[in-house]
Amino acid sequence: MSPTDPGAGGGRPADVFSAPVHDGAPLLTVSGLRKSFGDNQVLRSIDLSMARGDVVTLVGPSGSGKTTVLRCLNGLEVPDGGAVDVAGELHLDFASPLSRRQVAALRDRSAMVFQHYHLFPHMTVLQNVIEGPVQVQGRRRDDVVPEAEAMLARVGLADKRDSYPVELSGGQQQRVGIVRALALRPQLLLFDEPTSALDPELVGDVLTVMKELADEGWTMLIVTHELAFAREVADQVVFMDEGYVVEHGDPDVVLREPREERTRQFVRRLLSPF
Amino acid sequence: MHIDWHLVSTSLWPLVRGALIGTIPLALASFAIGLVIALVVALMRLSRRSLVSAVARAYISVIRGTPQLVQLFVIFYGLPSVGVTLSPWPSAIIAFSLNVGGYAAEVIRASILSVPKGQWEAAHTIGMSHRQALRRIILPQAARVSVPPLSNTFISLVKDTSLASLILVPELFRRGQEIAAYSQAFLPVYIEAAVVYWVVCLFLSAAQSRVEKRLDRYVAH
Ligand SMILES: Nc1ncnc2c1ncn2[C@@H]1O[C@H](COP(=O)(O)OP(=O)(O)O)[C@@H](O)[C@H]1O
Ligand SMILES: [Mg+2]
Repeated sequence: MSPTDPGAGGGRPADVFSAPVHDGAPLLTVSGLRKSFGDNQVLRSIDLSMARGDVVTLVGPSGSGKTTVLRCLNGLEVPDGGAVDVAGELHLDFASPLSRRQVAALRDRSAMVFQHYHLFPHMTVLQNVIEGPVQVQGRRRDDVVPEAEAMLARVGLADKRDSYPVELSGGQQQRVGIVRALALRPQLLLFDEPTSALDPELVGDVLTVMKELADEGWTMLIVTHELAFAREVADQVVFMDEGYVVEHGDPDVVLREPREERTRQFVRRLLSPF
Repeated sequence: MHIDWHLVSTSLWPLVRGALIGTIPLALASFAIGLVIALVVALMRLSRRSLVSAVARAYISVIRGTPQLVQLFVIFYGLPSVGVTLSPWPSAIIAFSLNVGGYAAEVIRASILSVPKGQWEAAHTIGMSHRQALRRIILPQAARVSVPPLSNTFISLVKDTSLASLILVPELFRRGQEIAAYSQAFLPVYIEAAVVYWVVCLFLSAAQSRVEKRLDRYVAH
């Protein structure tokens, strides 16, 4: 992929405000993904598939490897085995060692929203958003800035354009984190517990933005403990435990009438923690 | 004790002049070159290649484990015996730069390590290479962290340049020695020289706290 051709088209809406693209074409297929840290086999064999425009929530007990799955899909970790296919255009087989270029290609297709935002503290909100498109993708600043401003306005942060991250609340920082990811025009948005670090009263703003993105047709893989959000927004819930996908499917089924005992226990514990 | 105030007032300008054309330029040049050396050494020290990192570690160890005065003498009085003869100024700038390079390398390395790992990851996630992440995301944040310790390094350097008097650089303290030897008024002249150093350092400390206040604006508390 050339640096001036980010995102490579398909799977993302033409612009942030456009209609959903639910054409059902497969966007992401993960098969047999494996990853160990030393003796700790975190991902034993993960299978996952998403269609274009799908919203999938990944749930599971703490330590079950949810973050690791996202990190593998964003090239922050290199899996030990398995394969990932993105849009039928990029196919990576981790059985053999991959070049840095191949990992970079995977990263170009996806963008990550972190639990703790990880905004760049020495840059203003606008600079945070345009850094990737301008510095990495080589797009013209004059093209990117109006787009970034529109996206910031869209998430209610037009007036924070020139603020520094320290001057923002957690909810505002996370919305900037989301806009920073969107600005890369990825085919796949990855969210790692985007609301877990937020004060309860700020969670709603971020979930609202995420729901709107889902409605606009973005393809999203979300790790979250917000079951109400999962039920309302997700097309599919994937329940992971001990390195495997235990159960996946329609949120109403997986979260209300799970087939597996482990899923049942997990859901029960989330709904009534004590 | 009788103080010769006339001597004190006539020697003030030569001392200040020694600071302006000797001490301060020597410190500034050595600090600038030393920072470049330090950045390179710090990055080498952080390298995953063990040979590269070992070379950097050895350099830092030698610089920090030997006296500045000995380093100066090796360069100015020692090197001529292997055919490398340098005049006082270049000798002093080389010696002090190498010295700053060793000390500041550790400061810069620590500042780079102090930037949270999440910043590297965020940089990578927007597609940056290692080098881009370092230049655009990590080093600007590390620079902020390293301002206070590097300011201290600079202030120490200003005082340490007095050692250059021993290799004949016409800086503040050498002027003081000349005046003292000529007038035999050692105590007032050396105290006067000390006062000039002190005033220079007061200015630097004031500048340091202003810079720190400005940088503080964007840092979480
Ligand atoms: N970089 C790493 N090095 C070593 N162990 C890791 C690393 N990242 C994650 N782990 C381990 O992998 C397991 C799964 O972690 P994680 O993917 O963060 O789970 P989750 O997000 O579901 O809570 C944990 O046991 C964690 O300690
Ligand atoms: Mg996690």
